[in-house]
Amino acid sequence: MRGYNAFMGVAPKANPSSITTSLYSMSTPAGDPRSPSDDHRALLKPGSLAPYFTLRSTPDQSISLTDFRGRPVILAFYPADWSPVCGDQMTLYNEVLEEFQAFQAELLGISVDGAWCHAAYARQNKLHFPLLADFEPKGAVARAYGVYDGKEGTCERALFVIDSDGIIHWSYVSPIGVNPGANGILSALEELKGKNQTAATK
Amino acid sequence: MSARIALTVPDPERDHISGSVDGSIRLLEYGDYECPFCSMAQPIVKEIQRQLGGDLLFAFRHFPLTKIHPHSEHAAEAAEAAGTQENFWDMHDLLFENQRALEDEDLTAYAAELGLDETRLIREVTSSLYAARIREDFKSGIRGGVNGTPTFFVNGERYDGALDLRHLLHSLSFRNS
Repeated sequence: MRGYNAFMGVAPKANPSSITTSLYSMSTPAGDPRSPSDDHRALLKPGSLAPYFTLRSTPDQSISLTDFRGRPVILAFYPADWSPVCGDQMTLYNEVLEEFQAFQAELLGISVDGAWCHAAYARQNKLHFPLLADFEPKGAVARAYGVYDGKEGTCERALFVIDSDGIIHWSYVSPIGVNPGANGILSALEELKGKNQTAATK
Repeated sequence: MSARIALTVPDPERDHISGSVDGSIRLLEYGDYECPFCSMAQPIVKEIQRQLGGDLLFAFRHFPLTKIHPHSEHAAEAAEAAGTQENFWDMHDLLFENQRALEDEDLTAYAAELGLDETRLIREVTSSLYAARIREDFKSGIRGGVNGTPTFFVNGERYDGALDLRHLLHSLSFRNS
């Protein structure tokens, strides 16, 4: 576990009262979370407020979206730990971290797997970024972002780049078996940087 | 990021190329010497080179997944170092043929086997002399749509078909017709 926790310096220690509390923004309609229409709610689009969440990143630590306010955040929803294509995607991102960090961006992987499963998967693949467990209630954060696959009971393979104010700048859903790669993320981060520079000079 | 590199077609000015620069079919591979799928693709590439001959320009760029393949970076360095001694392709082949033996002492032995200056080669490998070049390859792959290894581009278009001789060859012949 030591290696896995090495990247956790930015994460707050788990607050027992917040671990199981997931708050969602007003953009999430109320209703039975298991209804099919809810499962197929549209992907949140650029300009939307990114729904707030707190999820476990290890069996005894949690991460909140707001921990990274002031920096871009990349959310990479994926169907499952250990499935071959996912392995490729997370392994690829692990190699591209340097490029993400050049934009001060934080990468968070999210699936419905539990924290212990994530820990084993991250250790096996020597991942140096957090994997969040959208585990209880299952898929709640994926639903809030409109990327829950109710038939499979997993997250879709979806990417979000969230700006430093917590607004979604870019979102993308890949066919389930297709690794979307990192190019779209890097283009979105470049755009975001350009936008911020333009704003700063105005 | 070096935006000047063509991301999906071979650049004879910078890439390690094999075949004919006048070849109308341009095949670019992004690969990792420790990746078993790249190793499996190696005889397919060889056969394609044999069949297409002078019609083909083949280039290889490094795409090492260093966290899951701990020897891949030094192996790529060894290929580059051999390239400096004018023998990139023989080292390239040896690395794929021996991908389970890629420790530094193995790399030294391969250099000796190829009649290269092995002292110089391993010094360059262990000092990461070609790290920037390898990273440039990797980044061009990322921006070009390489999501895993091996990834092939046929005349600039990513090949997403089955990784076997018949399908890849068909794709190459089709693009050429």
